Amino acid sequence: MRYRRRIKGLVAVASTLLLVSVAGCGTDSGGDDDGGDDTPGAEGFTPPDLPMLEELGDNEGQVNILAWPGYAEDGSTDPAVDWVTPFEEETGCEANVKYFATSDEAVQLMKSGEYDVVSASGDASLRLIAAGDVEPVNTDLIPNYADVYDYLKDRDWNSVDGQMYGVPHGYGANLLMWRTDVITTPPTSWSAVFDDAADNSGKVTAYDSPIYIADAALYLKATQPDLGIEDPYSLDEDQLAAAVDLLKAQKEHVGEYWSDYLKEVQAFTTGDSVVGTTWQVIANVAQGEDVPVEVTLPEEGATGWSDTWMVGAEAKNKNCAYAWMNHIISPEANAAVAEYFGEAPSNPKACDIASEGHCETFHAGDEEYAAQIAYWTTPIEQCLDGRTDVKCTDYGDWTQAWTEIKG
Amino acid sequence: MRLPAGLRATLWAFTGVVLLVIYVPLMLVLVNSFNSDRSFRWPPPGFTTKWWKLAWNSEGARDALLTSVQVAVCATAIALVLGTLAAMGLRRSRFFGRNVVSLLIILPIALPGIVTGLAFQNGFRTMLGVPLSIWTVVVAHATFCIVTVFNNVQARFQRLGGNFEQASMDLGAGPFTTFRLITLPMLRSALLAGGLLSFGLSFDEIVVTQFTASASDKTLPMWIFDNLFRPNQAPIVNCVAAALVLFSVIPIYLAQRLSGSNAEGLTGAR
Amino acid sequence: MSVLSRRPGLRVGLLLTPPMLWLGVAYLGALAALLITSLWSQNDFTGNIERIWTLDNFRDLFTIEVYRTIALRTIGIAALVTVIDAVLAFPIALFMAKVASPRWQRVLVIAVLMPLWASYLVKAYAWRGLVSADGLLQTIASPFGLGTPGYGLIATTMTLAYLWLPYMILPIYAGLERVPNSLFEASADLGAGSATTLRRVVLPVVFPAVVAGSIFTFSLSMGDYIAVKIVGGTGQLLGNVVYDNQGAANNLPFAAAVATVPIVVMLAYLAAVRRTGALEQL
Repeated sequence: MRYRRRIKGLVAVASTLLLVSVAGCGTDSGGDDDGGDDTPGAEGFTPPDLPMLEELGDNEGQVNILAWPGYAEDGSTDPAVDWVTPFEEETGCEANVKYFATSDEAVQLMKSGEYDVVSASGDASLRLIAAGDVEPVNTDLIPNYADVYDYLKDRDWNSVDGQMYGVPHGYGANLLMWRTDVITTPPTSWSAVFDDAADNSGKVTAYDSPIYIADAALYLKATQPDLGIEDPYSLDEDQLAAAVDLLKAQKEHVGEYWSDYLKEVQAFTTGDSVVGTTWQVIANVAQGEDVPVEVTLPEEGATGWSDTWMVGAEAKNKNCAYAWMNHIISPEANAAVAEYFGEAPSNPKACDIASEGHCETFHAGDEEYAAQIAYWTTPIEQCLDGRTDVKCTDYGDWTQAWTEIKG
Repeated sequence: MRLPAGLRATLWAFTGVVLLVIYVPLMLVLVNSFNSDRSFRWPPPGFTTKWWKLAWNSEGARDALLTSVQVAVCATAIALVLGTLAAMGLRRSRFFGRNVVSLLIILPIALPGIVTGLAFQNGFRTMLGVPLSIWTVVVAHATFCIVTVFNNVQARFQRLGGNFEQASMDLGAGPFTTFRLITLPMLRSALLAGGLLSFGLSFDEIVVTQFTASASDKTLPMWIFDNLFRPNQAPIVNCVAAALVLFSVIPIYLAQRLSGSNAEGLTGAR
Repeated sequence: MSVLSRRPGLRVGLLLTPPMLWLGVAYLGALAALLITSLWSQNDFTGNIERIWTLDNFRDLFTIEVYRTIALRTIGIAALVTVIDAVLAFPIALFMAKVASPRWQRVLVIAVLMPLWASYLVKAYAWRGLVSADGLLQTIASPFGLGTPGYGLIATTMTLAYLWLPYMILPIYAGLERVPNSLFEASADLGAGSATTLRRVVLPVVFPAVVAGSIFTFSLSMGDYIAVKIVGGTGQLLGNVVYDNQGAANNLPFAAAVATVPIVVMLAYLAAVRRTGALEQL
């Protein structure tokens, strides 16, 4: 009896110890963070010291691409839209494309180390650099890089201390889309989804990501100037609270938030959504399905993105990654993706190939216009607009606010 | 029988209605697989069989199906071994940890999939530094499949008792011989039934799979998830789903026959 | 080899070691690692986990109102789904076990099990079509002046109840099969009508089976995030918070902290139902 009890006791203790040691020793994160302790910003954080590729070797035979939907089309969405197959034929690199829906997802997926190249927006690129998930890019190895517009090179979001971390893809704005058969007067202002959202209650839609708070801030910048919002990504606590209130009021009328772009297409097709934020590519796909929608850039301006193709630090197919980056900014591919997605290309030669008026519509090469879009940027404590008398809210605060807004 | 006619009629009607409700969405899926409109406008503007042809030729679907089958077979094999061992171990003895063991076996299926998935992902990626792959999926699936095999084998043991094995040992056969020649044949149909259930469980699993699969592995549910909203692929998804339901009659019928067409063998099903 | 028959303890130990290593060490170890992660924090900017011990995640979880709301909402929906499924499943199971002829029994079992093989995703998506603004429900309900509930919590509850119904029917069916017919006869002999028989004789006997089914429906609903994303509109359940935090929001420690809520709830539920003997009927 006693013998049995002692065995029971020993087994219990042993298993607990085993469990604790196994659990305790095994929670090493992928790299302790360096440079994350200082408040990061374009200057003021030290990116991890990662080597960049010195010379190109043979192509590995495949490349894993992590892209915004619509950036790496291979003909499966629309047979006429394909710039991946030519790439595969030219370089022998088979492309495996994974789409992500928000910048946060992109940052998270890059941590797995499984992707060779990623199209990062401004609110993801610096985070990737700081975390050591992407490495510096040797632009000498990319022949088409020389053609890229100068004002897209060596910017805050794609370079650190003069070292480029990627190749500019293009830039564009978030637009307002509506069903023309339901809303007969074309809206010209974001009030269609904010102050006037009640007109279409239950059928408004919005982008499902904390970064959407900037859209509300942008609207408040125009409609409530005494809040003093200059940069929609530098919001102090009061400004954030005002934006949160606006969004909570909006939520009453929202039918569905979207992050998967095809879900938005479907919602507009069935009429479950009739007005909301969108990307040009979504309108293109919907119009291709004969859904009556139109888009516009409202008068208050818009948030947008300026994307960069970056190479994963743990990429296994770096040569193919560089081949892809060279291909996507080549005039043909850059024109194709800019037209399909609805953005300004980064290569001026693409404007010769793109359809008539495309580059004008999207203000390609217009440095002044480009400066007016409020590109997605990760909010940090140090106010990005330069204010030093207050602390701004950072992305963690925004994420929590977003959960609160959605209830 | 024993129940009054009025009650029986009510039950008849109720069952009929609920079965109808159960099958309406499935019928919708079937109808939509012939819907000529890609976004499944209702009512369908026209009918076509072209989606079925595309589905038949779809490489993505075929690869995903193969992957799913591979994962399910491996997970079932592991679950069969571990489930049988556990059932045999708990058979006669009353030792202190009996309840703990039972709880442990049930836990992977009682806890929500997202918890199990997250735990495994955390365990593989950060704890062991093992990259995610088909094998991590197999491990995760096997873990929650153990319970189906365990239940079936345990039920069979309870029904049959231990007399045959005792007799075999009395006649001089060692434990391994007894197992091979007596126990295993007795368990065969229970193992098959449990295995079929475990296969079905693993085949349709999406949540845990999402957490434990790498970017390049696609099981059928993951393929469906990726293609559910894509305009060109969604109709093919419908065809695949409809085909799955129709083909599922076979394993279900088999499982029923094997477990003696009573419900005992089918419980523990997911 | 005879050592094994002389030492039953050793035999049991050998038999149980592989499963216990797998479940006990690997699975429990993974759960423990998850719990430990919930006690760490994460750098907002880089998304890397910082191994600094802190209770902040739990503090946020309990003090910030929205998470309490979501947790309660999730538990509420899970309970509602369980009740709906139990109410729907019992008559069907009773029919299958006691009224249907053996041939029909087989057919019905197949009929109930077949939907399980239709992909969960496809079924949820079919419901999305059903409740959409121009879907079937709208067509059926409009003559009555009603409409489809649209995407939201009602649609979520309906979809979840639909998805888990077979998991409730099967254990109850198994439990009812075990009820001997003589019990019905005896009750009738003693003068009870069918309603009384059901209420006072049958229900207590199959209660463990109902509870066994409820373990599935409850746990599946508590952790669900996919069906919610498909038909839930703007609704969020606990599963969404966990999924969003481990994925999009890059906050694995917080996701782990939120994940402890379903773990605790389910463990409490399992402990509570152990007495009813439901665990043997799983």
